[in-house]
Amino acid sequence: MSANKESWGSRVGLILAMAGNAVGLGNFLRFPVQAVQNGGGAFIIPYLVCFLVMGIPLLWIEWSMGRFGGKFGHHSTPFILDAMDKRRFWKYIGVFGIWTNIAVAAYYCYLESWTLSYVMHSLMGSFNGLDQNGVAEFFNHYVNLDTSTTGIPYEPIVFFVICLLLNTWILSQGLAAGVERVAKIGMPLLIIFGIFLAYKGFTITAGEQGAINDSSVGLNFLWTPNYDQLWSPSVWLAAAGQIFFTLSVGMGTIHCYASYVRSKDDIALNAMSAGWMNEFVEVVLGGAILIPISIGYLGIDRVTELVQLGGLGLGFKTLPYLFAQWGPTLAAISGVMWFGLLFFAGITSSLAMGTPWIGFLQDEFNWRRKPAAWSFGLIVFLLGMPTVLYFNYGVFDEYDYWAGTVSLVVFALLESVLFAWVFGMNKGWREITSGSDIKVPNIYKFIIKFVTPLLLLWVFIGSLITPKGGDWGAALSGNWELDNGSIIKKLANSGLKEQLAAATDPAQISHLEETMFFVNASRALLALVFLSLALLVYIAYKKRVREGRI
Amino acid sequence: MNTSALIIMLTTLTLVTGLTLYFFARVLKTPPKPEPDSYLDNDDELGRQAL
Repeated sequence: MSANKESWGSRVGLILAMAGNAVGLGNFLRFPVQAVQNGGGAFIIPYLVCFLVMGIPLLWIEWSMGRFGGKFGHHSTPFILDAMDKRRFWKYIGVFGIWTNIAVAAYYCYLESWTLSYVMHSLMGSFNGLDQNGVAEFFNHYVNLDTSTTGIPYEPIVFFVICLLLNTWILSQGLAAGVERVAKIGMPLLIIFGIFLAYKGFTITAGEQGAINDSSVGLNFLWTPNYDQLWSPSVWLAAAGQIFFTLSVGMGTIHCYASYVRSKDDIALNAMSAGWMNEFVEVVLGGAILIPISIGYLGIDRVTELVQLGGLGLGFKTLPYLFAQWGPTLAAISGVMWFGLLFFAGITSSLAMGTPWIGFLQDEFNWRRKPAAWSFGLIVFLLGMPTVLYFNYGVFDEYDYWAGTVSLVVFALLESVLFAWVFGMNKGWREITSGSDIKVPNIYKFIIKFVTPLLLLWVFIGSLITPKGGDWGAALSGNWELDNGSIIKKLANSGLKEQLAAATDPAQISHLEETMFFVNASRALLALVFLSLALLVYIAYKKRVREGRI
Repeated sequence: MNTSALIIMLTTLTLVTGLTLYFFARVLKTPPKPEPDSYLDNDDELGRQAL
């Protein structure tokens, strides 16, 4: 029998934990950048459409799959999927739901540790007196593991370990006493911090405290709709991708959390509440901080340049400098709130990543919660150290690409097919509506069966064979040249090979060759972890057969 | 702000905030189901457990 007898403490706690799982750093760093790059205010149209026809259906699918598996004592995806069909291969598809979480936690906890460190540096005033380049250099020195301003040797590693210990200790306390308690504290604090920073973002006045633009300039930049872009498949693909990543679907965490819900309790309303809470944090708070504040102090041209480098650069290399314009006290408060908000967004997600592995060990090998949690911490430490030590050699990005991007789409596509076509829509619909506290519109039967899997297939194919520069018009007219960001080109390391062919500086050539080595080594390591997990699932299956549980 | 940006922004913010509050309020207003349910916090409510 499984040693897993855990429960959620309260319904609100479960919803906050689910919302915390979904709310991540991407809500504040990725969404505004995606909006700016894909039609401004018009981006919200495909974004909300994708939320309705892909996001909500996937939430319902994953919540109901989790609750269904929980009835049989399964709390991780391999045997949740196995319970849904007679064919035995599904449990190996379910390996994605553990692997993704371990691999993503490995780099995500490192990212989370930056926020913890930056909270401390904001309090210490490390950014005061630095110009914008100085703040950017501070970040570069940090990830290069150079000498720390605090005098702590290998400061990024120290903070990574602290962050991991904190995650592991909370996980070891259990679902209600650990994960749920953090969500109940972290989510309200995140929203309070977000409201404070959004207020600052809405009230910037040109000429005051070094601002060169009113906040209205930044808000115009973000929200002015460019309706022409609505006809571009790239914009719809970006919107679908954003919905996908923001809701943390395709990971296995939702299944795991929902597996602790009893069969007669609601999931339909819970899923809607947690999903819309994530949207509030992303659209209302996330849209009011990064871009309006950056444009208020740097202007549109500079921010347009910085946006090309992604939200991470703006969040860590730029905002601390902008906060410093508000004077030392307010800079410290704002820094603590911004990085504190990112920290809470991060930790509520990373805790969710630990639960499938812990649930698996408890269910299949009768581990107790504490050793299972510490084993998660150890694995994440070992797998995460390459991202810390070889950050500049593409290891971090490689983990993010395969585990944090491609894997999610593949798993969500397969689980939607399993749910709607193999398990069957009639049974699936009963699972969604059983115990429901809201009336689920019947149109969703059709959407879940046809629209969601097709949309996911389109997102996958769109990522597999992305045309150069996202120019679908040229591609469809016959000139289909693959972009270096497409899965096929990425697998062939085409971008790196092109850079290597063009490089003339021996130092640069050497760096690129080393990057190529570390990129390939990262993939081999991730593949090895996947195969090891698949082997564990096989052993667990054999154990179940011996014990007569299958 | 220009009018089209203002309209899109206000409509979106109102819609998203409104729906978030609506669904969360529905959760808070819905009475708990008879025991045994999924939540530990309800376990000591003897009156409800007797149902």
